[in-house]
Amino acid sequence: MIPARFDYVAPTSVADALSALAEAGDDAKVMAGGQSLLPILRMRLNAPETVVDLGRIEELRGVRDEGDHVVIGAMTTYADVLASDLVRQHAGVLTDAIEEVADPQIRHRGTVGGALVHADPAGDVGAPVLALDAELVVTGPGGERTVPAAEFFRDLFETAVGEGELLTAIRIPKHTGWGSRYEKFVRVAHQWSIVAVAATVRVEGGAIAEARIGLTNMGSTPLRATAVEQALVGKAATEDAVREACAAAAEGTNPPSDLNGDADYRKHLATVLTRRAVLAAAGA
Amino acid sequence: MTRINVTVDGVGYEDEVEPRTLLVHYLRETLGKTGTVVGCDTSNCGACTVHLDGRSVKSCNVLAVQADGHEVTTIEGLAQDGELHPMQRAFHDCHALQCGYCTPGMIMQAIDVLNDNPHPSEEQIRVGLEGNLCRCTGYHNIVKAVQQAADEGSTAGASAGATAGGAQ
Repeated sequence: MIPARFDYVAPTSVADALSALAEAGDDAKVMAGGQSLLPILRMRLNAPETVVDLGRIEELRGVRDEGDHVVIGAMTTYADVLASDLVRQHAGVLTDAIEEVADPQIRHRGTVGGALVHADPAGDVGAPVLALDAELVVTGPGGERTVPAAEFFRDLFETAVGEGELLTAIRIPKHTGWGSRYEKFVRVAHQWSIVAVAATVRVEGGAIAEARIGLTNMGSTPLRATAVEQALVGKAATEDAVREACAAAAEGTNPPSDLNGDADYRKHLATVLTRRAVLAAAGA
Repeated sequence: MTRINVTVDGVGYEDEVEPRTLLVHYLRETLGKTGTVVGCDTSNCGACTVHLDGRSVKSCNVLAVQADGHEVTTIEGLAQDGELHPMQRAFHDCHALQCGYCTPGMIMQAIDVLNDNPHPSEEQIRVGLEGNLCRCTGYHNIVKAVQQAADEGSTAGASAGATAGGAQ
């Protein structure tokens, strides 16, 4: 299988990429690592006239420390994020989730920014980015704007990144000292999540002081389990207390039904995986 | 057509390619390096695994134009002066194949696993190979081969003379 013909542009700066997008008009597609886009092009599910490859824009790669934030360039590969002590230390649940993405070959090419803009609800980076209250830096012809993660995911494969714009960075407030866990449920190796839960918690004196929970594949976008987050505050990090608080994990969700499970099954999975993730994140 | 400069198995090539050309097709059809095979063609099976600047990638999921200016190592670039690479030798010794179709990709990924971690546990080997499928389900001997290569100290620099010093 080979993709339909397209024109190829490989700019070396964000400014050149924005010009290339503007020039190419409305039938251009941005390629980050290409690990989701190339299968789509090969299967001819999409056939853009122009592909704008961001792979040669060095300024979009790398992880840096900006005081109370960790900033990840949108074109940083999964493998480079995994290798980052900054991310592991201050945004551990993102590291945990990326360890579960696809397989090593895909993680060498695939990028965090590409995955976020692709916005597959079964993708693994949306939930941790949402749980960590990250901000997404979007750059367009008019300059830069910052979108809170809670407003970034609009719908299935749809984000706040508009035509002619690029996601350029992910700014994550440091969650230093928070425990974390990504619980992913799949049937076979390197499968997309049937359901997964990203949990990060701050424990103080044996009790949960704060908790953030993101859900993968429980609706058309990643979701926060806010009822559980609130119920966990002040609870002892014990099996019984956490079980009770996590019973509401599927509240307000609208998961899909497919060959891997129907919606009710996914709702059940969400409560079980949330309990496991929270207990592990709390070190219980 | 787009002009690309790629180093493959230590030799530099300059070619005009259509942007839609997949790296695996460039290797096989333009360069005649048919050692790298197309398995599933959906980026699942890993049979087409090669190294790009020293890291494993699925060459059916990379465009040839993306490899412009970079170094590729295929299964054909591993043996040096007629001597099998230690990982190839280990696959041979341990009979780590049945039909052999997954073998080029398995060996390239197995080398990547040891580049990352020269002394992996059995579990780490299995997880490291999770993107490579063996339709004959011959995983047991494949894992034994990787263990043998690890015991022999077959690591990074040995991945291929051609890419020694490649980006890690």
